[in-house]
Formats: sequence, C-alpha cells, structure tokens
Amino acid sequence: MKTICLYFEIHQIIHLKRYRCFDIGRDHYYYDDYENERTINEIAERSYIPALNTLIEMAKNSNGAFKVAVSLSGVGLEQLEMYAPTVIELLHQLNDTGCCEFLCEPYSHGLSSLANEECFREDVEAMRTKITQMFGKTPKVFRNSGLIYSNEIGSMVADMGFKGMLTEGAKHVLGWKSPHYLYHCAHNQKLKLLLRDYKLSDDISLRFSDSDWAEYPLFADKYIGWIADMPEEEQVINIFMELSSIGISQPLSSNILEFLKALPQCAKEKGITFSTPSEIISKLKSVDQIDVPYPMSWIDEERDTSCWLGNIMQREAFDKLYSVAERVHLCNDRRIKQDWSYMQASNNFRFMTTKNTGIDVNRGIYDSPFDAFTNYMNILGDFISRVNSLYPVDMESEELNSLITTIKNQGDEITLLNKEIAKLQAKLEKAQPKEAKKTTKKAKKAEEKAAVEEAPKKAKKTTKKKAE
Amino acid sequence: MKVLMFGWEFPPKILGGLAVASYGITKGLSLQGDVETTFCLPKPTGEEENFLNIIGMNQVPIVWKDVNYDYLKSRLPNYTSPEQYYAFRDKIYADFSYMCTNDLGCMEFAGGYPKNLHEEINNYSIIAGVVARQQEFDIIHAHDWLTYPAGVHAKMVSGKPLCIHVHATDFDRSRGQVNPTVYSIEKNGMDYADCIMCVSELTRQTVINQYHQDPRKCVAMHNAVYPLSQELQDIPRVDHPKEKVVTFLGRITMQKGPEYFVEAAALVLKRTRNIRFVMAGSGDKLEEMIHLAAVRGIADRFHFPGFQKGKQVYEAYKNSDVFVMPSVSEPFGIAPLEAMQCGTPSIISKQSGCGEILTNVIKVDYWDINAMADAIYSICTNPSLFKYLQEEGIKEVDQITWEKVGLKHRAIYDELIKNNR
Repeated sequence: MKTICLYFEIHQIIHLKRYRCFDIGRDHYYYDDYENERTINEIAERSYIPALNTLIEMAKNSNGAFKVAVSLSGVGLEQLEMYAPTVIELLHQLNDTGCCEFLCEPYSHGLSSLANEECFREDVEAMRTKITQMFGKTPKVFRNSGLIYSNEIGSMVADMGFKGMLTEGAKHVLGWKSPHYLYHCAHNQKLKLLLRDYKLSDDISLRFSDSDWAEYPLFADKYIGWIADMPEEEQVINIFMELSSIGISQPLSSNILEFLKALPQCAKEKGITFSTPSEIISKLKSVDQIDVPYPMSWIDEERDTSCWLGNIMQREAFDKLYSVAERVHLCNDRRIKQDWSYMQASNNFRFMTTKNTGIDVNRGIYDSPFDAFTNYMNILGDFISRVNSLYPVDMESEELNSLITTIKNQGDEITLLNKEIAKLQAKLEKAQPKEAKKTTKKAKKAEEKAAVEEAPKKAKKTTKKKAE
Repeated sequence: MKVLMFGWEFPPKILGGLAVASYGITKGLSLQGDVETTFCLPKPTGEEENFLNIIGMNQVPIVWKDVNYDYLKSRLPNYTSPEQYYAFRDKIYADFSYMCTNDLGCMEFAGGYPKNLHEEINNYSIIAGVVARQQEFDIIHAHDWLTYPAGVHAKMVSGKPLCIHVHATDFDRSRGQVNPTVYSIEKNGMDYADCIMCVSELTRQTVINQYHQDPRKCVAMHNAVYPLSQELQDIPRVDHPKEKVVTFLGRITMQKGPEYFVEAAALVLKRTRNIRFVMAGSGDKLEEMIHLAAVRGIADRFHFPGFQKGKQVYEAYKNSDVFVMPSVSEPFGIAPLEAMQCGTPSIISKQSGCGEILTNVIKVDYWDINAMADAIYSICTNPSLFKYLQEEGIKEVDQITWEKVGLKHRAIYDELIKNNR
C-alpha cells in the first residue's frame, strides 16, 4: 500500500539592517525591525494563516486519515511569536488534531553542520527543547537547513538520538535508485532517511500555477493518479516543500488550497494513505544505505551547497563566522548567543550568491551580491570584536577551554562545598536547640536534684562538655 | 557597403573618449569584411591607421582654384592625392569665395576644441556638402553634435539614410543647464536622423525625454574596449599589503562628481588610516577639491598627481586597489572597463551608462557617500571581494568587444538601407 508523506517547512530569517563600516564598534543592534515585521506579516497573511487553516480543516474532516509533518526554525518561530502570534495559535490547533508531527531542525537555520559539530549540536538541542516545550512531544525526526545531508551529518544526527532524517532525493546521489523507499545512513544504520521526490514536490511548489507547463492545470485526481500509477513496490512518496510555497510562490488565486483539500479524498479512492515520517520509519524496513560523501541539499539544479558557499566571498564570510564558533560556544553571554543564531541563518549567505540560475534571487534589502557581502562583513566585524573582547584574543581556544573548564570545575566544587557547609550548618542548628533543651532539662533536673541532693557539680560539668 | 562617417577626433590624437569610441566603432566595422568606411576628420595628423579611408576636411576645396598637378603634389600630404583633390573641385556647389580660404581653396581647421568652435562646425558642414556630392556611399554616420550639421547636409544632398551617434548630450555636460545653441544643433540633428544610436539606455532616455525623439528610432549601442596591448599588459600590478590605494581618474569637473569622492574618502579615513586616495586628472574643480580635502583634514592621505596621459593612465590603474567613478551623469564611461582590464575592482555611480552592461562592479548612487565609503572599505579589507571582482571583472570585460558592436551596427545599417529603397 502506498503512502504519502507530506511535509512543510516554516522559516523566515531575521533581516539584517543596513550597517555601514562606520557603525562597527558603535552600534551593536543589527536588525531591521521594520523589514522583519513587514515580511513576516505579509507571509503570515498571504500564506501561513490560510495554509494552516486548510491543513487543520483537512485533518478534522478526514477522521485521522490525513497526516502531515511540519518543522519550524527557531528564528522563524521567534518572529512569529513577536509579530504574528495567530500562526502559533493555528499550529497549536493543528497539533491538537493529532494528525501532525513536528520535526526538529537547527534553531538558527544555519550551516553549522558543515562547520562545527559542537555548535551544530547546541543549535539542534535548542530547537529540540523549544519544540518539546511548545507541543509537548520530543521530536524524533530531524531535517537540516536546506535539507543538507552527508554521511557525516547523518552520523552526528544519529548520535543525538534521532531516528530519522529528511533529505533530498538528488539524482546525482541516487542514480538508478528510486526515492520511493526507506533508506538508511551509510555511517549509522539506525538513522533512516526519507528522500524527497523533487518532481512531485516541485509540481506543487514551483509549477502549480505556471500556465506554460504542459500539465497545467493540475488537478488532485490527476496528481494522485500519477502516484497510483507508480510500481506497486514503491511505497513512500515524500512531498516536501516550504509552507510559503502555498500563497507566495503559488498565489492563492491559483486555487492551490482547493487542490490540497481534494487530495485526501482522491487518495482514499485509490487506496493511498498519508503518514507522518515517524510512522513510516517504524512501519517500513530500510532497503539499502545511501552513501553521500559530499553534502547535498534541495536547492538549485545542482542540489549541492553552491548557493551558500559557491563563491570566494561566501566562503570568506562563512570561514570568518565559524572562526569564532568555539568562543561563542564557550561563553554564556545571552546577547552574543542570540546574535550568533541570527547571523548563522543560511539566507545571509544566499544573498551573496553570484550563480546564474535563470531565476531571480530574492536579495532582501540588498541590490547586489557585493552589497550583501559588504553589509554582512561589517556586522560580522563588529560581532567578532565583541566575542573577542570576552576573552583575551592571544589565547588559544583549547587553552581557554581548559581554563574555563578548570574555573567551572572549581566553581562547581565551591558550590558543592558551600552546599555541604550549608547542610552541616543546618544540622548543627538542628542539633543545638536539642542540646540546649536537653541541657536545660538536665539542668532543671540537676537543680532539682541539687536542691534535693545538693550535688550540682556533676550536672554542670556535663553541660559544659556538651556546649563545647 | 560603404559608410560615410563624420567625426571630430580620431587616434592617435586623443582629446577625450570620443576618439577612442570612433576608433573602436570603425575598427569593429572593418572586421565585418565588406564594410568600407570613409572617415571625415577636420584635421588629420597623417598618422592614422589605414584600415579606413581618411578624408582631411582641410584638403577639400570649396572655392575653385587653378592649381597645377606638381604644385598640388608638393602641397598635399601623402594621404590625399591630386586626383582626389580634382574630383572634389569638380563638385563645388556654390560660390564660397567670400569665405576665408587658402591658396588651394580649402579652409583651415585648428582641430580640437578652439574658441571659435561654432564657426568651425559650420565650415565643416559646408565642406561636407562637397564630400557628399563626390563620394559614393550607402549610409551616413555622424558622431556627436559637432558633426550633426554635416551629417544632415550630406543627407539632404544624397538622400541616403542618416545615422547619428550620441556619445553625450548637453544635459550630461551641464547638469541640466543646457546651452541653447548646442541644444538646437543636437535637436536638429536628431530630428533629421533616421536612426539615433545612444551609447547607453540612460542616454537613450535623455534623447527621448529631453529631445522629444521617437523611441522607435533610438537604439542603445553600448561601447566596448580593445584588449590591452602587450606593452600595457606588461606593466606589473603593484600590491599594497599595508596601505591600499583608491583612485579617481578623469576630468575634475562637475560632471564627474569629484566632491563625492573626497567626502567618501573622509568617511573611510575616519574608520581606518591605512588607505591612500589619489585624484588624478585636471579640470576646473581641481583647486576646489584640494581645498575641500584640506578642510576635511585628510590632505595627508589625499594626493593630486595631475593629468595622466598614455601609458601613465594604465600605470595608475595597475597601481590601485580600487577605482572609483562617481559621475553625476555619464553617458557611457569607458574608464571602469579599462580599470577592470588592468585587474582593478571598480565602483561606479548608478548614473553611469556602462553600468548597464557590467555586473562585476559595485554600483552606488553618486550622492550616496555612505554607500561609496562602505564599498571602498569593504574592497580594501576583504580580500575575497577584491579577488572576486578582479577575476570575474577581467573575464567579463574580455567579452565586451568592438567586434560585437560592429556586428550590431551592421544589422542596423542593413535595416536602414532596406527601408530607404
């Protein structure tokens, strides 16, 4: 029996403001609040709210047959919390239907998986905690920023306790293999991989409203028909896209919502079900490993990391940013940590791309890749000097690390000792009144005795001893 | 196909960008193989390259004089034959004996841009009438307003299509304060033209909006550059690991926006001291700029080496880490292309026509000194940006060739000739 795994991603970056070289060292606030509020509201209004309403409706009408998976980036979530809480409300409603699984991704939507393992782990843990807090369930399945995946990333993710991971069904990796099976990571077979069917996904997210497309107009029965016509052994059809595809890339006027709503019914007629990633991982067995020595992603025709790290400017910015990763990891200055996750967002690197893909790149507030690079490097210059001012620059990070650990250990030891002291003092205080009572009692008795027996010397001695 | 071309400047005598562009266009046409160009110059030096026919307007008679062959042989320079002189003499069309002519019945030209420029332009167009009657050609091509009257005259005489080439308009030169005489000459030329070639879309819009021309006959025809000669290629690039050098190179006049360069330099120097600024060139604003640099307190880091010529220009490019052209209004602006050929990243104003065909340059508004300062600082401090602009810039500019421009000219000529029949 075939099953469809539908997954949507919610991510919006925190836009950086125009930051000139003269601002370095003077201004430590890097964000364009106006642009952030404007974009997030526009996207929520035009895409997230109608799309989520549709998903909720679909879940409610299908008696639990319809399943969907959603992931959020931490920075996107912060923006929604700040400017568009309605979307959060809708996400909770979707969660309450029980038909939605929330996945985990790096908090910053950054490229730390390619640069620094510790930083990557911190990034993922932050998001896992946040999702658990919000939706009451710890996510078991992971998706990386831009669906970046390689063997090494797979083994890191498996180490963190995830059972599965979503990634691209890239042609150059799969070769003759089909993405419609469950696979596992070449370095750790416990980690299962779900591969995106880019043809079927892009039919919705890229081509749906394109009237030049041979299949235009696309209807749900035709779409489900394609899936039904696939060989019987091919069981998992992974359709992954950004949630903003619905409403932004494909305008609502193209009736994309009606198309989505019709999917469960059409699928039911053909005997096709919907599943969440976790369900697929627990139900199906992996057929083979997937060997990915070089990172792949879901972006551009090449499906690699060239749109973020393709030219020397992007690589310099990337290297400079992660050159302070260890120091940021060591520190616990909250503002620095916050700026760190905002600056890591992969979109910042995408703005600097010089690749000619034939499709216009949305460059945000910048008018050229050079402009984006200049602005980012100015901000990075200020950020790095702030990080460096935390600890002496001439000290090696390892040395610093050991010193910090020593200090931390000593601190721990001191707190431990303090606790012990407090305990002992408490004990002592408890003991003292008893003693005092005892002594007073004894004293009274002794007095009585003394009064009676006229022998007070003995009693006095004992009290003296106990007081000491 | 035969083209009769009117121009005011031609290498080796270079006074401004016009000479370089005229050379490129004719060279590009000659590479087509079957285009024969006759170029009319007021005062040739005799050292012009010989891929085209040069007519010296100062050797074309407008008054009939009886001179014998041997005398002519001794009087005329070797590129004009006595036969040619006699052929012109047969086509004198009116009595110009009231004009000031020499012993051959010709008029003298000072060349360049003398005080009596308007008189020379008029003389040039009178002579053009003789040339147009004598020469055989299929199309007329006139460069810049100085030769528009000649082009119009030739069209009236021959009935051949006229194509005019707008290298600059008076709106660019004067920031909107146009000279009415110049404007009327420009407007008249455009009105009579069958095709108006503008060196950029920016200029095309000026022609359409300020000169009220039909957009259908205006086309943008971007300039190109010639590959560097071996001699220029051999000039070594100078690296400045400690102190970066930022260069402005051009006439120091209102049109080129030198004050914005000084202001941007002052902003950059507030941030860092190890950058030097060079403002090479001469012009009416030079003294004002020296004064401004002193007022901003950056005179110790700001240098004025004066007018650069020939090889010195390329040495200046190769000695720079950034080239800046903050022109207020630049019809095309060939300098950034030359700087890119030398491997120097360029910052240009968005008001420059060459920006339309370049991607590997940084474009800022000429008035946005903050953005300009930021871009200068960024190239000087981020080696990857410098390297990217350098490498990609050379690749890009190598693709912009006069040969391609010649091909486009040819297509337009063909169209005009077809419509004229």
